[in-house]
Amino acid sequence: MKRLLIVGATSAIAEATARRFAAKGARLFLVARNPERLRDLVSDLSIRGAASVDCAVLDANDFDRHEAMIDDAVSVLGGLDIALISHGTLGDQARCEKSFPLTLDELNTNAISVISLLTHLANRFAAQRRGSIAVVSSVAGDRGRASNYVYGAAKGAVTLFLQGLRGRLHRSGVHVLTIKPGFVDTPMTAASRKGPFWSHPERIAKGIERALEKRKDVAYLPFWWRLVMAVIKLIPEGLFKRTSL
Amino acid sequence: MQLQGWGRHPVVDAEVAYPSSRSSAVAAVVASTGNPAIARGMGRSYGDSALAARVISSRYLNLLLGFEPASGRVRCGAGVTLAELLEVFVPRGWFLPVTPGTKIVTVGGAIGSDVHGKNHHVLGCFSECVECFDLVLASGEVVTCSRSEHPDLFHATCAGMGLTGVILEATLRLMPLKSAYVDQTTIKCANLEDALACFETCRDASYSVAWLDGLATGNQLGRSLVMLGEHAAGGALHVAGKRVVSVPFDFPGQLLNPWSIRAFNALFYNRVRARQTFRRLHYEPFFYPLDSLSDWNRLYGKGGLTQYQFVIPKPAGLDGMSAVLRKLAGSGHGSLLTVLKLLGPENANYLSFPMEGYTLALDFKLQPGLFELFQELDAMVFDHGGRIYLAKDCRLNAAGFQRGYPRWEAFQVVREKYGARGKFGSLQSERIGLG
Repeated sequence: MKRLLIVGATSAIAEATARRFAAKGARLFLVARNPERLRDLVSDLSIRGAASVDCAVLDANDFDRHEAMIDDAVSVLGGLDIALISHGTLGDQARCEKSFPLTLDELNTNAISVISLLTHLANRFAAQRRGSIAVVSSVAGDRGRASNYVYGAAKGAVTLFLQGLRGRLHRSGVHVLTIKPGFVDTPMTAASRKGPFWSHPERIAKGIERALEKRKDVAYLPFWWRLVMAVIKLIPEGLFKRTSL
Repeated sequence: MQLQGWGRHPVVDAEVAYPSSRSSAVAAVVASTGNPAIARGMGRSYGDSALAARVISSRYLNLLLGFEPASGRVRCGAGVTLAELLEVFVPRGWFLPVTPGTKIVTVGGAIGSDVHGKNHHVLGCFSECVECFDLVLASGEVVTCSRSEHPDLFHATCAGMGLTGVILEATLRLMPLKSAYVDQTTIKCANLEDALACFETCRDASYSVAWLDGLATGNQLGRSLVMLGEHAAGGALHVAGKRVVSVPFDFPGQLLNPWSIRAFNALFYNRVRARQTFRRLHYEPFFYPLDSLSDWNRLYGKGGLTQYQFVIPKPAGLDGMSAVLRKLAGSGHGSLLTVLKLLGPENANYLSFPMEGYTLALDFKLQPGLFELFQELDAMVFDHGGRIYLAKDCRLNAAGFQRGYPRWEAFQVVREKYGARGKFGSLQSERIGLG
């Protein structure tokens, strides 16, 4: 029976992933900002078969409370097998360009808070010498694009941080998974126009579960994003800066 | 955001809210001023009943909120789909007492259209398994509606096409299930008269439906395969593996023409040799044959499709159906899939479609002259005391609506009482004169 801590539990990708683990009778500790959705999600996952579901309300940008939250989770779950970090916001790039405080908020939410959580989690996992840390980064972190570089920079920072952390924890037998979804149809992207490149949270969740089982390092989801991003990364900067991607 | 119904016509540019909690749903209703707003689930109604300039999506009101294993009572958000309910509850031995021909609809949408299935003649509409629901009114107030609490609002909201408010969550009663399999008997009927007689003889069957050749003429007019179903007594309780094939692009519209449709229908009918055949199959292909082909509306080409579904009261059934089928066969518009079904008595919901009689559902590619044909068919349907199904419609006029749904004025009184008029509305409600 797996014991999971899920931060950003009310994100669509986290919910879909939690449902897969709930159906297998996992024990879950959910952390999210919105108490209303969180409370209902506890019911949902219990009905779907989770052995136990507990939760805590937390704003990810309340860095000072991260360590205590993790302590609570571990003591409620009686240990920790998997930590999934999935919170995030898709800020308004145009508005961020005009306001540094907004840009800072985005960086805090999407990068710094994740790094804070990872710092605490890494030490705990290193000590227990087993388990998996999985973080939802994004294909947006693979290359800075004019249309979305604030979000991209934050995700890029997370991706790099995880890369280093993977190297460090590898020696302790701890698995670090970087999840890079492409376009996913979720409340976060509700305002975006959907097309053939879009995917559903359920499909991403299935990929996350499989990547955890196989102890993969990096999972592009769906898989073909690895190819798409490889091509995008190959475009010379002189050409790339002229695109409106 | 560009929105369309399952028939892909019409297309509107809508402002869409995606609430994910009770309070955000209430806020979305309160914030909607000016143009009327309409609730929307999976967008599976064919026409414009979930289209408006302002749309409140139930997509993320998608959580299971409570379940009583002893009684099979489940409480869930309005955006939970029937597919999700089946996935969770079939393995535990529970099934939906009433289910339409697709499981990719939300609970809220199923209530709003008061959908029916192959067992309408026995169990009635979807609302029969609805115990209560919470509805956001125009004022932002949330009320619980049941047959005893705000019964007027309950009966106006079931089949009310979203015109009374936004459903937040509902409590449904599931039924016990012993097996995920269905025993199906297929009876080959030479013509319409034979098929209707067959429905009468087999009216004790738990499920019954007929596939009908809409293009046959003469003494073969209305030749059908009547399919009866009973839940199997034993077998596993598993959800079928999801091998969903999707239609990757819009097929050329010309692919569906009277000749190809005639050929398909002849093949389908003649595939079955014996008068009576028997087979045991999973509930999935029995109830949801088209769900394994996602985006099948693309088969009809870029121009889209529509479904013409009407009901004619039993006494006039044979005459009315025959007249409609004759008219169709000579029209040059072929229906690829035509479904015939015996319906049981009408319920107490003001705008519920079913009434004791026979219903015929015909799928058509949208093309010039089709709506003119529908107008002519309307006249026949109304003359025989029938009505048109709003969940499938994109072109009925106010006069036709009022003739088919004589309780529409009582429905408007309830809407008025709860402040829904002017606040909630769709392209359809405007077109049929409900505002």
